[in-house]
Amino acid sequence: MPELRDNTGAGERSGMEAGIEVPPALDAVRAAAIRPVLETPRWWWPAVGLLGVIVLVGIVAWAIQVADGLGVSGYNNTAFWSVYEADLVAFIGVSYGGAVVSAILRITKATWRAPLTRIAEATALVTLPIGMLFIIPHLGSPWRIWELVWPPDWNLSSPILWDFFAVSTYLLATAVFFYLPLIPDMAIARGWLEPERQGLRIRVCRRLYRVLAGRWDASEPQRRLLHGAIGLVAIMIIPMAVSVHSVLSFAFASSSRGGYLETIFPVYFVVAALYTGVALVVLSLAACRRIYHLEAFIHPRHLVRLGFLLVAFGAAYLYLTFTEYLIDGYSGTVDNAAWVRQVLVGRYWIPFWFYFVAAGVLPLVIMAVRRLRTGTGVVVASGLVVFAMWVKRLVIVIPPATEPLVRSPLAAAGVVAGNWGTYHFTWVPISITVAATAAIPLALLILFRFVPILPIAEMEELAALEDVAEIPGVPALVGNKRIGAAHAIPGSSFMTSMSLRDARGGEDAR
Amino acid sequence: MTEVSEHDTNEHENEWREESDATRVAFGRRGLLRGAALGGAGLAAGSLAKLFGASTPASATTTAPTKAAHQWAMVIDLRSCNGCKLCTSACQAAHYLHKDQTWIDVFSMRNAAGESYFMPRPCMMCEDPPCVPVCPVKANFRTDEGLTLVRQDRCIGTRICMNACPYQARYFNWSAPRPAPRQPFPQEPAWPVPQIEGTVGKCVSCAAMLPTGMLPECVSHCPMGVLYLGDLETDVAVNGLGNTVKLSQFLEDNDAVKFKESYGTHPRVFYIPGHGQNLDLDGEST
Repeated sequence: MPELRDNTGAGERSGMEAGIEVPPALDAVRAAAIRPVLETPRWWWPAVGLLGVIVLVGIVAWAIQVADGLGVSGYNNTAFWSVYEADLVAFIGVSYGGAVVSAILRITKATWRAPLTRIAEATALVTLPIGMLFIIPHLGSPWRIWELVWPPDWNLSSPILWDFFAVSTYLLATAVFFYLPLIPDMAIARGWLEPERQGLRIRVCRRLYRVLAGRWDASEPQRRLLHGAIGLVAIMIIPMAVSVHSVLSFAFASSSRGGYLETIFPVYFVVAALYTGVALVVLSLAACRRIYHLEAFIHPRHLVRLGFLLVAFGAAYLYLTFTEYLIDGYSGTVDNAAWVRQVLVGRYWIPFWFYFVAAGVLPLVIMAVRRLRTGTGVVVASGLVVFAMWVKRLVIVIPPATEPLVRSPLAAAGVVAGNWGTYHFTWVPISITVAATAAIPLALLILFRFVPILPIAEMEELAALEDVAEIPGVPALVGNKRIGAAHAIPGSSFMTSMSLRDARGGEDAR
Repeated sequence: MTEVSEHDTNEHENEWREESDATRVAFGRRGLLRGAALGGAGLAAGSLAKLFGASTPASATTTAPTKAAHQWAMVIDLRSCNGCKLCTSACQAAHYLHKDQTWIDVFSMRNAAGESYFMPRPCMMCEDPPCVPVCPVKANFRTDEGLTLVRQDRCIGTRICMNACPYQARYFNWSAPRPAPRQPFPQEPAWPVPQIEGTVGKCVSCAAMLPTGMLPECVSHCPMGVLYLGDLETDVAVNGLGNTVKLSQFLEDNDAVKFKESYGTHPRVFYIPGHGQNLDLDGEST
């Protein structure tokens, strides 16, 4: 374990501590935050290798699709949209977690967010480009994708064009939102890479920290500016996130098909994205907590709090689903009632009721029953939500696409037979979807080899805030334990000396 | 009405154009979307596009009043269709299509009385085509002769037009197209042969053949004389058996209807029902 006390680097009076006295025990935060960068665990290479192979299989599958046409992915003229469109919605959707946990909790001044923000924003940062990449297998002629941008003969009335610009803008905002709180951390971290440590990655880190930290010296004007910027982006990113899924839903809704032509769609899509976004952040936090030993900073009660957020969105989504199905089904018109019947009791009943149980009811039950309302319970609920909501996206996309518009009973009987209507899953889209799923942990594992996993400056700053009063009933906290008070969760004293020792890891052994 | 009347000599014809083109542009789906786009986000981008010399071909502004020599239409006389599907096979042979690319399809329908009938369905060549405004790269356009065509060298395959079309009249090339010998016309929107993999294709009303005086393949191959090619401009329609009728009179006398007219698409395909069909509702499985 490197010596972290002298973390200011060669002559660089680093970061936040210029204005803030850092209690010695705050080193625990720094040690935990930088450990993934400095140490390579035994499992790291095998894990990256395995995930990399899965991603490669997906790329090979895509290459086969490019060579043979979209037909190899089970598409046909009555199932013109299906799994890639559901993937596009689902993967861009899970990136909303960063915006929620970071931006909303930041705006509402929920200080307990602090240890979670870096992981949440990193998850958003890696899932959004992966989601955007689904445009490529979705397109029939991906080799001409540049026509979306150039020549600029844009069709401003096309939802897809709006979508392209909305998602691109959101990606930029997500990157900025990830970068801004990183600036002081980069300044702190650049002092940690001892000159004697060599190796390509360390050299890259050193260069990266120097570039990304810029001229950060933690002076008062700089900090005011940074805070202002983060606050501004935190506010801006919320309407941007809303716009992304709204416009994505317009691509479906600009149609005369029952099940696509729904006024509820923009809200429906945004709420679904928030729902799965929170779920993925929970999974991401739980995984990082376990594999990077962040037990001292990410407490199960953090997860339980996110669990409440999760079920709030989940209940809203269930309500919107109920509203949509009730009104469309009740209308009794040919266009609207046919697909509702197919979804509820027809050929799509298994995936729909799977969603209903796994992502509609079970999360609510888990959070409602005290014995189940634990970190593990929330992680289980989140896992169910992420998968079942992907299935729900298939239920949204496939039935209206495969519903015959010229209602010939003979044609309908002959063509629409399978469990997914005229769509039939093949190994190609499944491999590509699995590859994209594997790409999320892969990208996070790589990302945390370069950036601190905890927002050091933010945690230290919150710890030093004068207005964080001692919480009645909590044993008097000293030193770093003010962090405990800052994030806490009244009544919990999770920053015990025991967990602190854990957080220091090998330092005690040394 | 006024613009149309200028170049319409026939009174009856106007009955098939319920509203003026100007009204339709202002309040139609295209106008709404364009208004939202311009108001919401597009003003700057629009002027930017103009700055970079992006051209909007005249043919892309579909419903503007036009002085074209023809306004193509089609009449489908359901009374005599026997469901032989020779139109489909002739179309697929001429355009070298796969079996599932039924640019003109024939559906087996059942009316309210339980009687079956057959319903050919080509592209409706809508006056306000929903497929055109949704395309992000302007691959769809409407000619001044009233035909909606696809620029396949521009199409990137988002398939959002297939979503927008209420008639399921658009077909994607999911695999390599059938090889075609050298064609009398170049591969262009009016004669998209061979098809291009990864792009959308649809009935083009054999647009390249019309100026030469030839009927579309489906019309000329229909042994029952079901399909008529019509021209709203000259008010004439003719079928594959050589029967020539005065278009407006024919539609008037036979109570012609349009398919899914309530969608605001203003199709230029007229159906002549014979047995109390309701095209919008018939065939709903029970």
